[in-house]
Amino acid sequence: MTHSLDRLKESPSQTAGPYVHIGLTPNFAGIGGVYENDLGADLVSDKTRGERIDIKLRVIDGGGTPLKDALIEIWQADAAGLYNSPFEMRGAADPNFTGWGRRAVDAESGECVFGTIKPGRVPFNDGRLMAPHITLWIVARGINIGLHTRLYFGDEQSANAEDPVLACIEHRHRVATLIAPRNGNTYTLDIRLQGERETVFFDI
Amino acid sequence: MKTVASGLSNRELEVGTFFQRDRSWHPPALTPAYKTSVLRSPQKALLSLDNTLSEITGPVFGHNILGELDDDLIHNFAKPGKSAIGQRIIVYGRLLDERGKGVAGALLEVWQANAGGRYRHKRESYIAALDPNFGGCGRTITGEDGSYAFRTIKPGPYPWPNGPNDWRPAHIHFSVFGHGFAQRLITQMYFEGDPLIWKCPIVRGIPDRAAVERLIAVLDMQATIPMDASAYRFDIVLRGRRSSLFENRLEGN
Repeated sequence: MTHSLDRLKESPSQTAGPYVHIGLTPNFAGIGGVYENDLGADLVSDKTRGERIDIKLRVIDGGGTPLKDALIEIWQADAAGLYNSPFEMRGAADPNFTGWGRRAVDAESGECVFGTIKPGRVPFNDGRLMAPHITLWIVARGINIGLHTRLYFGDEQSANAEDPVLACIEHRHRVATLIAPRNGNTYTLDIRLQGERETVFFDI
Repeated sequence: MKTVASGLSNRELEVGTFFQRDRSWHPPALTPAYKTSVLRSPQKALLSLDNTLSEITGPVFGHNILGELDDDLIHNFAKPGKSAIGQRIIVYGRLLDERGKGVAGALLEVWQANAGGRYRHKRESYIAALDPNFGGCGRTITGEDGSYAFRTIKPGPYPWPNGPNDWRPAHIHFSVFGHGFAQRLITQMYFEGDPLIWKCPIVRGIPDRAAVERLIAVLDMQATIPMDASAYRFDIVLRGRRSSLFENRLEGN
């Protein structure tokens, strides 16, 4: 008989369903008085270091219709490229920036906006610098397991051109699905779940 | 072994990448019997990416975010002196990683329908009544050994517009943070013995019966509070971190 490795299996994912807001953004869902604020609502304060930007996102289904019930979380480094995490070993991140945010998309427009700061560059595993990016995690009714993708910045062309993750995308026309064009201080990105211009999603 | 001192505990923490996710164990994106998945499932292959710092790290929440009743759904929305109607239960267990180690200091958030299967949500139109003393959300942070507990009422099943006569089994939604964003997980907890589990298109999206069984909490008569609440045990497993077996290796094994 062979030895057992005695490892556990990860709990299988299930959809967040249409009422994810009850648990994750209860004030948005109209359930007041339980939590003071919805977690992840505010990313920046007056003290946060870095350039203020807005990230405007929509999630679009295979029929071209924006999801009205999606929930998006973002995770990003601070302006110096450090993560506010106990697992960040390169130094102390800006204490006035958690780097994490959460939004339900608007029930009418399907849009959500994160007011945040532009992240600094973070090294890839081999030491090369990645381009500035924000990690996105998307859940909704009909999505059986949360989708990971990244937002890169349209005005960072040279950094994007040398980004080791973008370089892994074999079909080069798909790189554009991760790059948000800049207009003023707002970066806008549509996440397309399926079809011709389908966003690149990662198995990380 | 690469380690770092942490505010999470006195132990030193490993900072390696995570074990690959077994996507044949999780439900696939496209499960046509669950109709909404048809237009919301990517058709192109996921791009595999070894974890970078962006995924190894993740937000960690302090106890300062928690209110006194956040883990007590029977009372956290109820008027003073009142409580939610329904079967009073304790849901408890441990948050573990794939190596069987408790995941300490992790945020768990839950949401659910009331005893009649009605959600407190503006887009919910099921004719079952709202309970004026039940909101349906709760949260807690795991202890040093990964343990957690909630107090709530057992949710009722409810019908949903999928097939012409589909009913969700009684369930509680769980949202789980580990220590790295790559561990982020949302799942659902079901109740032992519920015959609706095996008819549900959302459950049946999970290919392996053994995987479904991992989402079914068991009745635990030893954890009950007599004359007050019965108890269900539900352990949750997140991806584990690779550990370095040899010091001279730069990355995990």
